Amino acid sequence: MRLTCPFCGSRGLEEFTYRGDALVRRPAADTSLQTDAQAWTDYVYLRDNPAGLHSELWYHGVGCRSWLVVTRDTRTHRVDDVRAASAVAAERSGGAA
Amino acid sequence: MSGAASHPKAGAQPMRVANGNAVDTSRTLHFTFDGRRLSGHPGDTLASALLAHGIHLAGRSFKYHRPRGILSAGPEEPNALVELRDGARREPNTRATVAELFDGLVARSQNRWPSLAFDALGMNGLLSSVLGAGFYYKTFMWPASFWEKVYEPAIRRAAGLGRAADEADPDHYEKATTFCDVLVVGSGPAGLAAALAAGRAGARVILCEEDSLPGGRLRAEHMTLDGAPAADWVAKACQALAAMPEVTVMTRACVFGTYDGGTYGVLERVADHKPVPAEGEARQRLWRIVARRCVVATGAIERPVVFPNNDRPGVMLAGAVRTYVNRFGVAPGRRAVVYTCNDDGLRTARDLARVGVKVAAIVDSRPEGTGAGAQVARDCGAPFFAGASLADVYGSKGVKSVLVRDHAGQAHNIACDLVAMSGGWSPNIALTTHQGARPDYREDICAFVPSALPPGMVVVGAAAGVFDTAEALGQGAQAGQAAAALCGFETALPDLPRAEPASYGIQALFHALKGVAAAKKGKAFVDFQNDVTARDIGLAAHEGFVSVEHLKRYTTLGMATDQGKTSNVNALALLAEVSERSIAQTGTTLIRPPTQPVAIGALAGAHRGPHFKPERLPPTHQWAMAQGAVFTANGLWQRAQWYPRAGEQTWQETVNREVRTVREAVGFCDVTTLGKIDIQGPDAAEFLERVYVNAWKKLPVGRARYGLMLREDGFAYDDGTTARLGENHYVMTTTTANAGGVMAHLEFCHQWLWPEMDVQFISVTDEWAQIAVAGPKSRDVLRQIVDPEYDLSNEAFGYMAARSVTVCGGQEARLFRLSFSGELAYELAVPARYGAALAERLMQMGAPYGIAPYGTEALGVLRIEKGHPAGPELNGQTTAHDLGMGRMLSTRKDFIGRVMAQRPALTDPARPTLVGLQPLCATDTLAAGAHLLPQGALATAAADQGWISSAAWSPTVGSWIALGFLANGATRLGEVVAVHNPLAGTVVNARVVSPVFVDPEGERLHG
Ligand SMILES: [Zn+2]
Repeated sequence: MRLTCPFCGSRGLEEFTYRGDALVRRPAADTSLQTDAQAWTDYVYLRDNPAGLHSELWYHGVGCRSWLVVTRDTRTHRVDDVRAASAVAAERSGGAA
Repeated sequence: MSGAASHPKAGAQPMRVANGNAVDTSRTLHFTFDGRRLSGHPGDTLASALLAHGIHLAGRSFKYHRPRGILSAGPEEPNALVELRDGARREPNTRATVAELFDGLVARSQNRWPSLAFDALGMNGLLSSVLGAGFYYKTFMWPASFWEKVYEPAIRRAAGLGRAADEADPDHYEKATTFCDVLVVGSGPAGLAAALAAGRAGARVILCEEDSLPGGRLRAEHMTLDGAPAADWVAKACQALAAMPEVTVMTRACVFGTYDGGTYGVLERVADHKPVPAEGEARQRLWRIVARRCVVATGAIERPVVFPNNDRPGVMLAGAVRTYVNRFGVAPGRRAVVYTCNDDGLRTARDLARVGVKVAAIVDSRPEGTGAGAQVARDCGAPFFAGASLADVYGSKGVKSVLVRDHAGQAHNIACDLVAMSGGWSPNIALTTHQGARPDYREDICAFVPSALPPGMVVVGAAAGVFDTAEALGQGAQAGQAAAALCGFETALPDLPRAEPASYGIQALFHALKGVAAAKKGKAFVDFQNDVTARDIGLAAHEGFVSVEHLKRYTTLGMATDQGKTSNVNALALLAEVSERSIAQTGTTLIRPPTQPVAIGALAGAHRGPHFKPERLPPTHQWAMAQGAVFTANGLWQRAQWYPRAGEQTWQETVNREVRTVREAVGFCDVTTLGKIDIQGPDAAEFLERVYVNAWKKLPVGRARYGLMLREDGFAYDDGTTARLGENHYVMTTTTANAGGVMAHLEFCHQWLWPEMDVQFISVTDEWAQIAVAGPKSRDVLRQIVDPEYDLSNEAFGYMAARSVTVCGGQEARLFRLSFSGELAYELAVPARYGAALAERLMQMGAPYGIAPYGTEALGVLRIEKGHPAGPELNGQTTAHDLGMGRMLSTRKDFIGRVMAQRPALTDPARPTLVGLQPLCATDTLAAGAHLLPQGALATAAADQGWISSAAWSPTVGSWIALGFLANGATRLGEVVAVHNPLAGTVVNARVVSPVFVDPEGERLHG
């Protein structure tokens, strides 16, 4: 498998490490176990594992050290999109709370 | 062409009847087979050279030990598996049909005992009712313990798989990666045309051919291109390709797998055709080729026909017979029967007749008036049987005659020593299915063809079911042109040679049995390599194994090293028949990479022995070597474990001396391996607040602080000190093991969680040589090293101070007052290139103070004595609370792990927490991993109250000591517990004590 890092171009899989579901969101800094246990449990333990398109985090550790959001079809390993995680995160925090 | 009788080489190689287009008969090579001295020529395979001597019998079969000959002329060979070479290079299960002959080659047949001609286990044939379909599951069911002791050794002896070499492989293997625009797989007519078209467009082309010579069937058939022998055009095409600078032709290079993203696995057999590789030459090279487009032109594989005793030596694939005649100039027999269901098989009769072989009969399964059989028979002067079949083959170690059943059911016994059979051709589509695409069945050509293809791939020629040469050339050229164009290289099609038209006219013929399950007398083989018969398939279907996936596993069909290349389609056809379905309805199993066996050595490449993984060497490594240090692996790092001195009898003695040196004088230790991360930016302090549990904002410039990191699930992750070197500048240390992980974690937190923060990180682990100098005399020594303008007094540079300094007269350095041992101690960092020089200077300036280097073992003892947690304590299952650091968790800020660490179960006082342990008897050994139990309790999981994480003999305490985790540990100081070590079979009583065995008040640390 190959990923096209937005900074480094097309690179072999061995340069990257996989983290997982890019859709989970860390609950806000002012949440607590008492009031938001479910949100924290979901964040720490629950991961989607769809057969099909999946948005997932990869780390270009042997390249530019960027975290990436990769849109991949888990059935075929077809990669539709690779974006810098920081860009995705910035949009996210700009849009929603 | 000369006939058998008149050929000059007839004496030595009686069946070398013609000049093959790939054999150089002007040179003779000698080899042995089962000790018999034989000869051949450059260009021969082992199989062609054996056949040149009239030798068919090449081995015994896997299960029944039936005599087996050479079936094919290529990598699909299921029968002729031999041991090649001797000694350390001995290699089992090598296909004689692809093993290139070299002078001095030593080959041995397999699966026979005591000899190939007489095999004591051939009586397995008598046990065939036991060894039928599913015998693995039926025969060896009970008792389970019999498997290891009785069944498996017996099966292994009987079902020989060849012997691997007893010695280490003396050759080396390489791995390489390359990139191209267009990868062409196969160099038959379609592949050559594709490479020519893409190459002339200027695309970067790699043409891979697994054979030693390009050409594919163009070398195997008696055919002309532009009126000249086809091999001449192959040579011209190769010359044209060689003249194209962007084209690479790789022979002996098998593309064995299709992987994601246009990645292909290729095995290049660099030196398999030589007695030994040249100096410095790899035996094999594993390529990863990344291609934007791929043209698959892998040809087709001919199918045998299933009929009784179709495995007799001398029963061959018709196309293989032609290969031996045309490419190698070898006649595989003197009297041949050709059995076919298509016109292509008929070519065999013409080719044999041309070199003087008597065609004893042509048996065509097609009805009278179909195909060109009658005409060919007339031309060859052979009896012709239309609508006929082969009912049996006689001759145990070689064909003596066949029984032909004519269209009227009349039997004819025909003497012959060769049967050339053709059930038609199956496109070689393995590479198209590796990513899960199932092929489609085409009734018109009785074969599976590729359906959906991996991105970027196109299939041409016989691999796509196009068996006509002219059509294959045209299709290949167009595919090559289109592939190049898609990569941005446009050009006109190349001129293609004129090819003779050839008819095919296949009519389905998979077996010649009256019924699939009815074949009682005489085995009719479907899978030669795994000895699966038509009857096995009938039986499996009868027992309900009608799914093709079940059939395969139940009968082991197609599961041998040949992956069923010659058997899969016949098996499906037979299964379809017994289960009364069409072949399309029956489906097919998927083919997984690799398409050909790939040696583990090739997959490992250079990564074996000491090169299994890379080594990282600290800056003082060479210096430590010169000191005679003993080393230990710490992840990838090689670290000095201890520094033995003359007269020291045991490592324990050495370590005790090193520990005492630190406690009483001064020692030093290279701690470069700890991760060092430089952190800069206006938000650096805020960032540290969020990744560590404790507070950082008030840490002044010039100070360091211990920090603990949690994972988001609340368990401890890593620890270390971080020093503030400037207003917005910190340097963090991590554990050696987690240096890379913490770096990735910081980047993750920054880029994904808090991208708005203005902070940057870079690993400086390899930039700085960092040496710990520890012991009551450490300040005195450092005063000799650090330039005098820096005040090292306790008042000016107290515990946890950190600053840039200069050493040795102006050399930049960083000095930290940190202690892992509990003694007055420092860590001095200099640019990595000065690490060894610093060690030398420390030795020199420290000599008057009794300085000595110490290794990781003493480092470990010192930190256990001081109760500092390390890797064994931060093992991923412990919390801050367990480590006695619960109160470090700030309640005034958010940090990674904050919320989940508050879960009641993670702060339960009953959880095992960090304690010290000391045996009641000082010499009683404590070992890491031992379990802690109440005294007198049975050693059960229910009674388990904790474990020992680190243990050492403490020369300072004069006893074994340990750190461990004990339930309710904090409240049990003074209690005696049982330390149960089931590995050593010991139970030792130990007292629960504070984990800090040395200087609990910290006077030394702060002195
Ligand atoms: Zn990158």
